[in-house]
Order: sequence, then structure tokens, then C-alpha cells
Amino acid sequence: MLKKFSLRALILPALAFALSMFFGGLLISLSDSDVLHKASHPLAFLKAAGASAGNAYLALFQGSVYDPGLAKPHQWYLSLYPLSETLVGAAPLILAGLSVALAFRAGLFNIGAQGQFIFGAIGASYIGFHFHMPIGMHLVIAALVGIIFGSIWGGIVGLLKARTGAHEVIVTIMLNYIALYFLEWLLGTTAFLIPGRNDPIAPPVATSARLPLLAGSNFRVNAGILVAFAAAGFVWWLLNRTTIGFKFRAAGANTFASRTAGISVPFVLTSAMAISGALAGLAGAVHVLGDNFQLTSGVAGNFGFDAITVALLGRAKPLGTVLASLLFGALGAGASAMQAKTNTPIDIVLVIQALVVLFIAAPDVVKSIFRLKNLKTTGGLVSKGWNG
Amino acid sequence: MSLELRGITKTFGALVANDSIDLRVERGEIHAILGENGAGKSTLMNIVYGLLQPDSGEIIVNEVPQKIQEPSDALAAGIGMVHQHFMLVPVFTVAENIVLGHEKTKRNGTLDLEYIRTEIKRVSDEFGFEVNPDDLVENLPVGVQQRVEIIRALIYDAQVLILDEPTAVLTPQETDELLKIMQKLAEKGTSIIFITHKLREVKLVADKITIIRRGKVVGSALPSASQEELASLMVGRPVILNPNKSEHSVGDVVLAVNNLTIKDDAGRDIVKDISFEVRAGEVLAIAGVQGNGQSELAAAMINLEEYVEGSIQLDGSQLVGQSVKESLRAGIAFVPESRELDGLISSFSIAENFILDRHDSAPYAKGISLYPQIVNTQALADAKEFDVRLQSVADPISSLSGGNKQKVVLARELSRPVKLIVASQPTRGLDVGSIEFVHERILAERDKGKAVLLFSTELDEVLALADRIAVMYRGEILAIVSSNVTPQELGLLMAGVVHA
Repeated sequence: MLKKFSLRALILPALAFALSMFFGGLLISLSDSDVLHKASHPLAFLKAAGASAGNAYLALFQGSVYDPGLAKPHQWYLSLYPLSETLVGAAPLILAGLSVALAFRAGLFNIGAQGQFIFGAIGASYIGFHFHMPIGMHLVIAALVGIIFGSIWGGIVGLLKARTGAHEVIVTIMLNYIALYFLEWLLGTTAFLIPGRNDPIAPPVATSARLPLLAGSNFRVNAGILVAFAAAGFVWWLLNRTTIGFKFRAAGANTFASRTAGISVPFVLTSAMAISGALAGLAGAVHVLGDNFQLTSGVAGNFGFDAITVALLGRAKPLGTVLASLLFGALGAGASAMQAKTNTPIDIVLVIQALVVLFIAAPDVVKSIFRLKNLKTTGGLVSKGWNG
Repeated sequence: MSLELRGITKTFGALVANDSIDLRVERGEIHAILGENGAGKSTLMNIVYGLLQPDSGEIIVNEVPQKIQEPSDALAAGIGMVHQHFMLVPVFTVAENIVLGHEKTKRNGTLDLEYIRTEIKRVSDEFGFEVNPDDLVENLPVGVQQRVEIIRALIYDAQVLILDEPTAVLTPQETDELLKIMQKLAEKGTSIIFITHKLREVKLVADKITIIRRGKVVGSALPSASQEELASLMVGRPVILNPNKSEHSVGDVVLAVNNLTIKDDAGRDIVKDISFEVRAGEVLAIAGVQGNGQSELAAAMINLEEYVEGSIQLDGSQLVGQSVKESLRAGIAFVPESRELDGLISSFSIAENFILDRHDSAPYAKGISLYPQIVNTQALADAKEFDVRLQSVADPISSLSGGNKQKVVLARELSRPVKLIVASQPTRGLDVGSIEFVHERILAERDKGKAVLLFSTELDEVLALADRIAVMYRGEILAIVSSNVTPQELGLLMAGVVHA
């Protein structure tokens, strides 16, 4: 599988990204009034357009990877602060992306990573602020509870599908709402209010339950990214080196042949959704224990939905999902820097993200633009119809 | 009208599908084109009908070269085609289907079906088709639907009619009727190109036979040639058409089915209260026209059906109510009707397809750990034993031909310790060479003392393999007869006719 994920497999995503950057650049320069003022002088216009897009992308890069302006005397490494931010944002996204990718491989479209993320965050947060435990143990138990909560929230979906045939897309969408409104209700209960206050923000998790920092107190990057990488390894192992993964992939690719060969499809549905939910729950836990610390109603942000995008972008493979998440983490981290420095609207980043997905989903467009005839694209993802 | 093809060549990448093919069909001639799957028959006909463009070569109608770029050009030149899968709208009437694409309106702007009704009646009466223009197509038997297609071609003046595997979907009776219709058409001057791999039918109606192998015309023959000669030309080596069934004695009852009823989701009886048994060393064939409950009965053998009443006993132990896995492990080899859908996972590697049923047992797995290395080496050995032609077991199964895919299914199912083999349409869509292999393998298992339950809609296959034949009709077993029944008697039984 590592062999299969060779350079060739990266050509298409790389070209898709390049194209998106190009069109994004067009949009940036055309929304820049300085550029438009020069429309009557073609040469000056082009120069200004190039400069405008170039500056925006430079700011984007500086906001996500390396910004020499942040260095202080004898502390050049501070210029890597943006990279740390990218990793902080990427960690939960990788985990949630793996959740969606794993479900995909088992033939399930898990739209519910958002809800499972929320439950994971609730579990981890409560353990984190309510109990006092030794360092280490506190963190592990908080994370475990997050995993279990997410796993239950995902497992319900699999169980319903296995027992009644209820379609997972509908069930997960509904469970997302339930999770969100449950969280909002919970934040108003005394157990989750900070004593003496009544705004819907839970107390911060105790330091004993926080993910350890990896690069000293100057950076926010924490062990969450390592957890995410380990989870990617775990998912790869599960899918390719275990009998459970074999069942998942078999049922995901052809339910009929799997049933005929004696594979229990209800088992696959239930356990795949439970594991998928566990990963999304862990994503919530990592976010609360490593980044956010305090539970709010917006704790899940857009993680659960970006997770679908990165899983698709990574072709539901663990390594692909990791790379796609790092890219999205970087775009997310760099967006605000871009807006602050060059006045480019933050929404441009969303446009670029959307374009990447669009080009990946329509490989023929990319192939015809770059005149690639022989580049094989191994069909899109198994996304099943309503009767699947 | 005569049709001549000169030097037709068509390549797909490195594959030469048609290699300078020459062919001449005279007026009123039934010209059979014989060839295995993938020999290039369909490519050739798609070129004639304008669905594909040849790289080089000419299509000549009545000594005039034609430029055929679209099916409409072919129709204008008088060439019609009846596809293997009918191009009919099920919820439309016969007249509506035939008028489709050639609609005329009355003066007030509404659809004029009157003239087409008259046309249908005229053609139908002329050839004895017995087709009513106002019947809904979905209510018609397959054989009549096919006649609708033929009528359509005739109404739009087809003088050369291409029939692509026309008997594949027909019952034996319908086949006989079609063959008669073909002869009548030829008598009245229509030329027919008859694409098939069924030797018996070719011998019955063809005036001339052209054999295609690997894209080339390898010979022509007259219908007086023997079936063995024709088959050898098709395959390129001597072929045994009727495998030798050795005489031997049967053993104890292995499979006993008693009062079995299978219902569908809506609670209707699909299989009604049937009972039969299969003994060790015996092939019991369940014959019948597609859709008489055989598929469900086969599936019920390994508990793939949900609503089952009655009893299925394998060596005395009850199977009904067990899981699929338990049924398979109890000693059933199951060759499903659709190998693409139920037998194989097309995106999986060849090696992975070998272990669909046993991926969680030794030596492939220990605990939950799966060992791909062992999976691959074992698959290579299995592939060799069953003569699966492949480059690497890590290639996707979709890279194999139909015959090789079926060999993978057989290899997987027969390498388990089994007592009973349930084989459903085991040679459907296979070429002569692969059919021979599958038949030999099934008989070899029978000779080893296994019980075989064979489901087949092919008369020839049933007669060649079975020791006893149970005929299914509308969910019931109409009769169980011995294998020396004549094809005619068997055909009548399959159509639901019981002798007094």
C-alpha cells in the first residue's frame, strides 16, 4: 500500500492544488482595487496583479510555515511559530479525517464526524476540569472517555443501519444536530458552568489533563499531532494488516460478495462506525486537551465537515488524509495572517479549498488542462447511492 | 441485399480486436459468426452498425461502399441490429416503442400511432409473429420482446439483420420459434448475421459459418460440419464437448431438502414447498427457465435468503437458521450465479479474492493479524492448480478474463473441505475452453464422491452433467427425471408442460 501511494499518486492532487492556487490568485488580484485601477495599462495591470497575488500568497506562507519577521535576536527559531500553529490545527483534522476515511473504506459515508467530535470533546472536557488526577493518568483517562463517547455516538449509527437499514447519511446528519443542541444545553447546566458565571463556557481543563507541549512554551504545538500520526499508522494497520480491516474493505467494496463469502455485514457496519466514531471522538478530545481547553458551543468549528473534504482529498487512505489535513491546517493557519497583512479576504482560502476539492473530484479537467493522457486515476471513491 | 466487409481492422491500444476481416453475406442468407468471448464478434458488428469506426477497411452494401458513422447511417443503408440486451422502454406499448425516434404527428399535433399499428399488424401477420401493438412491453415474455425488436428493424426497412447472441435469453421453446422466424425471414430475402457461440443452433439454421478467433477469420464452414469440428476451430485446439461421465455408484444422502418454502420481502412464495435429496457422487441438476425460483433456492442453501421455512439437512445436520459462514464451514462449496456481483470483489487483488471466505483462519491470519505475504504465496499455488492465467496475484481481479475469474471462484470454493457443491449457472458467459474446464472439474468432484447441486438454464449443460434432473417451474419442482430424457421433453417441462 505504501508502494501504491507513490509519486504518481501525488501528481493529480499536486496539479489540482497548483491550479487552485492559480485561480485563487486570479481572484485575489481581481478583487484588489489597486490592480483594477490599472486596467487601462495592460502591462502595469499584469504586473500589479502578479504582485497582489504574490504578496497574498507570501503572507499565507508566512502565516502557516515560516515567518522571519517573528525571529528575535538569538531566537531565530521563533520564526517557525506559524508551522506550530499549522500542526495544532492539523492534529484534530487528521483524526477526524481518518474517521471519515475509515468509514468510507467500509462503504459508509460518515457525515457525523461533527457530532462524534462534539461528544468526544464533551467527555474529555468534563474529565479534564471536574476531576483531579495525577499528571499522565488524567490525560489518558480524559482522552479515553472522549474516544468512548465518540465511539458510542458513531456506533449507534452502525447499529441502526445493521438492524433497520436506516441510511447512515440521514442518521448522522440528525445526530449532528442532537449533539450540537445537547452541548448547548449542557453548557447551561451547573455542572458545566464556571462557578459564579453564567456564560456558556465550561471551566478550563486542568493542566494535568492537557497534552504536553512539544517545543517549549513559546510554541503551542503539542503531543496531539503525534497522537494523530500514530492514529494514521493504526488505521493503516487496521485496514491492511488485520482480518477486521479485510472485512471492512470487503464489505465496503462489495456487500453481496462479502455476504456470500460468509462475512457478517452487520458486524462490519456496527464496528466500522464505532471505530470511526472513536477517531472523531479522539479528535474532539485532542482539540479540547491540546488547543481549546474550554468547551464552548462552537468547539467543533468546522472540523467534522472539513474532515469529509480531507478524507476525499486523501482518497480515503491514511497517508493521503494526513497530507491533505496538513495542507488544510496550513491554509487555515495562514488565512488570518494573509488578511491582516494584505487585506485579502479570508474567504479566498475557502475558495482555494473548494477548488482543490473540485479539481480532485473532476480529474478529467486537470488532465485535459495539463494534457496528461496516460495518468491513470483509480476511479473516485466508493460513494454509494441511497440504497447502498 | 448483399453486405460485404473488406479488410476491417480495429485496434484498441495494443489490442487488435479485428484484424483485416473479410466477410460476404448474400441476399437471403443466414450467416453465422462463431467465436469465443473476446474473439472480436461484437466489435465487428458494432462497426457494421456504426457504433464504432474501423481503423481501416470498407463496408459495401449492394456493391456500393458506404460511409457508416452512426447507427442512423446503418439504418439508412438497410442494416438493422437486435442487441443482446433489448433497447425497449418497458412501460411503453409495442407501438410506442417502435415509433420511438420516428414519431409522426396528426394534424392537431398529437402523436399518430395509427399508421404504426397497421405496419406492426402487417409485418406481424406476414411472418406469424403474433404481436399485439397495444400490449405493454413489460408484460410480454422475453421472446416476444425480441420479436418487437425484429419488427422494428423490419418496419424501418432493414434488409440485413444483425442478431447479437439472440438465444442467450430465450427458453428452449422460444429459441425454436426464433430459429423458425429467422428461416422465414431469409426465405423472403432478408439477410441475417447470426452471432452466437451455440453450436447446435448454428447447425440448425445457418447457410454459412464464419469462425473468428482473436480478431481474425480463421475459417469458414458449412452447417454439415460436426459440432466438434466447429468448436475446435473456435478454440484453436481439439475440444471435448460432452465430457465423459464415468459410470459409478452413488452413496448416501448428503443433502436432504424437505418442504422448503422461500418467501420474498412482500411475503409471496418464491419457492413453494419443495423436497429433494442429493446423494454422494451424484449430480442433481435443477433445470428451469430463469426466474422460476432457482436463484433463491440456490441462495437458500447457504442461508442467504431471509424468509425460509422447512428444512435443509447436510449429512443429517440442520442448516436452516445458521449463518452463512456456518453453512459454508459445514461443507458447502458455493459457486454463485453472478460471479461479478456475488462471487468476487472486483477492486480486490486476485490473492485477496482467494481468501474472501477464510481470511480469518490459519495460515492467513492469527488472532486479528492478517499476513498478506502468506495470502499471496498461497494464492499463487491455488492459481497454478486451477490453471488461472495471471501475471501477478497482486493484480486486481478485474484484469482477468471471465473464464479465469470463474476459475478463481472454483479454486476458492473447492479448496475447502466440502461435501456438497452448489453451482449456479457455473458457465454463464464463459467461452468453450473455460466451459470444458469447469465441466471437467465438476465431474471430477462428483467422481470423488461429492454431492453436486447444479443450477442451470442451459439444456446442453444439464444433459451433459446431470445424473438426475429436477425441473423447476414457478417455484415448484415439476418433475425429477433421469438424465436420458430427450432435450425436447426437457424443454417442454421447463415451459411448464407435464405429460399426461
